[in-house]
Amino acid sequence: MRSSVIIFPGSNCDRDMDVALKKFGFINQMVWHNDQSIPKSDLIVLPGGFSYGDYLRCGSIASKSKIIRSVIDFANSGGLVLGICNGFQILTETGLLNGILQQNKFLNFICSNVYVKVKDKQNKYFKDLKKDILELHIAHNEGNYFCSDDELKSLEDNSQIAVTYCGVDGKENEITNPNGAIKNIAGIFNKNKNVLGMMPHPERMIDKYLSGEDGSLFFKNILDNFK
Amino acid sequence: MKIKVIVTLKNGVLDPQGKAIQQTLNGMNFGNVEDVRQGKYFEIEVKEKDEKKAKSLVDDMCKKLLANLVIEDYKIV
Repeated sequence: MRSSVIIFPGSNCDRDMDVALKKFGFINQMVWHNDQSIPKSDLIVLPGGFSYGDYLRCGSIASKSKIIRSVIDFANSGGLVLGICNGFQILTETGLLNGILQQNKFLNFICSNVYVKVKDKQNKYFKDLKKDILELHIAHNEGNYFCSDDELKSLEDNSQIAVTYCGVDGKENEITNPNGAIKNIAGIFNKNKNVLGMMPHPERMIDKYLSGEDGSLFFKNILDNFK
Repeated sequence: MKIKVIVTLKNGVLDPQGKAIQQTLNGMNFGNVEDVRQGKYFEIEVKEKDEKKAKSLVDDMCKKLLANLVIEDYKIV
């Protein structure tokens, strides 16, 4: 499976993502934001970081990069596009995903492990995933997902909510909500579920001795579903 | 010509920074501050003599980049 990771000025999880993808057998290429086109890919990843220093709004400047037109075309033709953290923020700013990531409710930068519940498995990312609750890592200042009531209803009606923050037991409530996100939302899909944006970093959970292996499950699952 | 734009959060959208500023002001004995909303202010120099045209250009910029209409309103002043 071929993948491309887009690098923006200020991306800082691009190499972690590259390591993770290659570890599980993706043939990965790094693509500069100023390029016009993307090499042949089955998956495009917008990595975490602070593209353009988070100026104006997180992800807003990157969402107008030269390469983004190709990303949007790729997504609209059904290609898999994954945005992690800042990548999620960029995807909402392009309009590929609904809503926006606002500043965390308690104005703090959060860097911690969290549990997330997989809400939908009828898609190429989570289909046949063995676990329902994953332990992943978050590190963000703007992860407080917000959308209008109409958009939320449409996300729920179309099962577009991908993952939600929860406890180790799967409970989703205010206590297990780190940043104030509406309905504990940690990640969402577009309507066709080929575009996934999420705040947690699976690429930071790929080594059982260092962190945990729930990120490994995520990447392996994408590969399994591609076969 | 210079066009000025103010972008603010829509009513009803939580503004944690505004809230923190309000609480700080209250703590500084400005007890009559009931609410603070924080926004952004832009001065845009447009190469255009016709004010109507310039404003219409800036309106387009607001919709496409300067404001995110999911949570923000803008005002050209």
